[in-house]
Amino acid sequence: MAQQHVDLQVAREHGLTDDEYERLTRTIGRTPTIEELGVATVMWSEHCSYKSSRFHLKKLPTEGKRVVQGPGENAGAISIGEGLAIVFKIESHNHPSYIEPYQGAATGVGGILRDIFTMGARPIASMDSLRFGSFAHPRTRYLVHGVVAGVGGYGNSIGVPTVGGELIFDPGYDRNCLVNAFTLGVVEESRLMSAKATGVGNLVMMFGSRTGRDGIHGASLLASAEFDDKSEEKRPTVQVGDPFLEKLLLEATLEIQKGDLALAVQDMGAAGITSSTVESAYRGELGIELDLDQVPLREQGMSAYEIMLSESQERMLLVTKPENVDAIRAVCDKWDLESAVIGRLTDDRTYRVKRHGKEVIALPVDLLADPPALQRPSAEPAESTAEFRLDDLPEPRDYAQVLRQLIASPNLCSRRWVYQQYDHYVGAATTVHPGADAAVVRVLGTDLQVAMTVDCNARYTLLDPYLGACLAVCEAARNLVAVGAEPLAISDCLNFGSPERPEIMWQFEQAIAGIRDACAAFETPVVSGNVSFYNETDGRGIPPTPTIAMVGLLRTPQPLTPWFKAEGDVIMLLGRTREEISGSEYAAVVHGNTQGLPPWVDLEAERRLQQVVLEAAGRDLLRSAHDLSEGGLAIALAECCFLAPEGIPALGARIRVDETMRADAFLFGESQARMLVSVRREHVATVRDLANEAGVAVAVLGDVGGGMLEFDGLASVSVAELRSVWDSALEKLVNG
Amino acid sequence: MKWGVVTFPGSNDDHGTLHVLRHVLGHEAVSLWHKSRDLQGVECVVLPGGFSYGDYLRCGAIARFSPLMAAIADHAAQGGLVLGICNGFQVLCEAGLLPGALVRNRSLSFICREVSLRVESVANPFVNMALVGDVWRIPVKHGEGCYIADEATLDQMERDGQILLRYCRADGTRARDPQESGDYNCNGSLRDVAGVMNATRNVFGMMPHPEHGADPALRDVCWPDAGVPDGLRIFQSIAGWIADRGQRSAVDSMR
Repeated sequence: MAQQHVDLQVAREHGLTDDEYERLTRTIGRTPTIEELGVATVMWSEHCSYKSSRFHLKKLPTEGKRVVQGPGENAGAISIGEGLAIVFKIESHNHPSYIEPYQGAATGVGGILRDIFTMGARPIASMDSLRFGSFAHPRTRYLVHGVVAGVGGYGNSIGVPTVGGELIFDPGYDRNCLVNAFTLGVVEESRLMSAKATGVGNLVMMFGSRTGRDGIHGASLLASAEFDDKSEEKRPTVQVGDPFLEKLLLEATLEIQKGDLALAVQDMGAAGITSSTVESAYRGELGIELDLDQVPLREQGMSAYEIMLSESQERMLLVTKPENVDAIRAVCDKWDLESAVIGRLTDDRTYRVKRHGKEVIALPVDLLADPPALQRPSAEPAESTAEFRLDDLPEPRDYAQVLRQLIASPNLCSRRWVYQQYDHYVGAATTVHPGADAAVVRVLGTDLQVAMTVDCNARYTLLDPYLGACLAVCEAARNLVAVGAEPLAISDCLNFGSPERPEIMWQFEQAIAGIRDACAAFETPVVSGNVSFYNETDGRGIPPTPTIAMVGLLRTPQPLTPWFKAEGDVIMLLGRTREEISGSEYAAVVHGNTQGLPPWVDLEAERRLQQVVLEAAGRDLLRSAHDLSEGGLAIALAECCFLAPEGIPALGARIRVDETMRADAFLFGESQARMLVSVRREHVATVRDLANEAGVAVAVLGDVGGGMLEFDGLASVSVAELRSVWDSALEKLVNG
Repeated sequence: MKWGVVTFPGSNDDHGTLHVLRHVLGHEAVSLWHKSRDLQGVECVVLPGGFSYGDYLRCGAIARFSPLMAAIADHAAQGGLVLGICNGFQVLCEAGLLPGALVRNRSLSFICREVSLRVESVANPFVNMALVGDVWRIPVKHGEGCYIADEATLDQMERDGQILLRYCRADGTRARDPQESGDYNCNGSLRDVAGVMNATRNVFGMMPHPEHGADPALRDVCWPDAGVPDGLRIFQSIAGWIADRGQRSAVDSMR
């Protein structure tokens, strides 16, 4: 093949800026080869380099006494005692999922799973946070079906339970869906693996799938640019997943780790061989020499350029001492995986690549791995969404009807249609299945149980990115506390529009500040995460969506569950209800109003609420606990009535209505720092005392019993009817 | 007793099954590797759920050719017990060790949920810690669990008590008209069949996952003090049957 000419124009077509091309040529003192240009382009892409976000991400709190591994490796890790650590991360796969929903979502799951077992941890649970446009948009149903099938198709096959997640519909995602995948694994702390290459002369091996022509430029062209009319044409940049192969890769990787055979392991995700080898060498402050003729290929005649930029899935890289190569090959053979030595580590901090005996790349590792962080301009949007007058919203006359309408609405109805397509049993460890506040999975061989949740209300973040991001962290923490778990750490997935627009950078900075403040208040450090920019089409960005994945450890012998347990139990509300409606699901669904400010944030009140609930749960005073969030008190109460698994009778409730505020604010307002609990009658006084001591407002709302959900003087609806409407709504919407 | 749990490439529930056998039941259980032909003297072989060989071509179609399957067929031919769960059931059908076949769910979607099962037959090694008509709750999770066989085979199996478990409503009832079974028959199986045994009564396959309905520590969250979990009864049935057989043969040899 004739050597392709490289100049500024070619560099621009690759997506490099003029400054970046100038920096490349100046540093090496010559015109780069086409392979060098390709490698620099992907390494300096937003997706791989975090060039727009790095400066801001440094502001997040990343340290804590449990942190074993903070940001910088494939995933973060925290200690959970008994010599064990949990390893977890959330990551986006938004652009590919919009173009090709099944494969996009499937390979998103595959990618996050690899991040976890690359660290030597066995994945024990996954979750996914999915956001789609409104059902009025013609692509929404196609995307929902494809993405859900893709998440299930991959996760079910590989045998990691999908135990929870969230599903949100909003017109802001009409032309950019979000698919954020989370996985958590367990590893002996002392056996945590690193992606840092060590030891000059040590060998670099690949194992797993062969390298093909799929996914070339996924990281740079697809993930690091906004969408337009021609986005469909980028379909060839979406990879195709093979969960069976990944299952073999998982088992082989853990066997290699068990045998102490590898010095470093790195998965090949975005930018494939290029990114994995450059990053390993960079972390180890070494150089690397690769011989592409040794890479197992799917097809003949692949050029160096194609091999370097392929994003074929299910491939792993490792660094090992020469004497361990045979043992590694034996493990790979056992699992019917191909393996090959493709290079060695050097001491000159240069990245060298050969093809057909000829050197095609010779670039400084630091140049590739460490492009300058940008401080892009930011500016608050001129247009304000704060205008909101409560009086503009007429109070409903028929509250029963409003309750029925809300409970069948896209964001409040049951997610059963989704999670019954996911295997949430495999692993024999799930104690709280999807549908509760948080999922809980036990760590086999111990008494430990890990709780996890993903949350973000992007309606709040759109109205105020700082407050909204705070509230995402708050809600995640409350969800953990509701199952009896102490919040420990988070991983964040920051989904935003184009960083080249100052308003988007402003949203990003504000959201980072919100996460920073809330995480500091709860002592839940950020140990891993992912930034996804360019979630926009034709200049219109998504609502800023900093998805928070939070993990915690159970503080009770058995998890708490949200549903009411027995007739005659007393329903108590912990936390203060304010007369606030703006930003609520009720305002949006019933009144079509999405203006105003999100609910009031009080981090100290959140912290005290968490303490009271955990204290009461630890003393076995609570029969049920449920977080109040979207839909407010009325929706939470309805869920408490009917969330019990099939076979356990649903229970009604009789509720006294607070007459000091508008009834709709009391029923559907989304005041934060609140928790709905039910307790045995004899425990009411104790729980009240606990709350009073901690300075948490507490009110007895009513009793559990009967078959109706009754709000004194306002509404009375059959629980069976509500349940049926709630349970069947999503299926009707997605098939509608 | 000694159990063996098969690991094919792509098996997923092997770990969970071993956990239940070892730590809930307290028995010896070994892992059996698909490339080996050595059953290590186990008394019951369990083929677990998962996606053996990726379920490529057809569920269970490749697994049946693995070296271990030849040994399992020999074990079965000599009267040894074999339990196939989900993908294991599919493999046993593909291998001809059980009649019928499992095809795509009628809904065309993967389904993961707890289902009600009616105990249909109890004079066998697999389901005997129950009475006919008992209703069990055990989870299913599969995309291809719709059991089919020709009418004559179904009639014969019914007659000979080879259908051990059927999908049913929570109260144990079933629809007279199969068209109306959609509310409880999660995959569209003919005659609501959820688990079948071979004619020699030593090989049993079921789509629901007893290992995921067996551990009291997991059941207690929703069903405190509910007694022996239904899934555990399958493993206890097998263990009890083996123990009885051991006693019988000890008595025989004393005579």
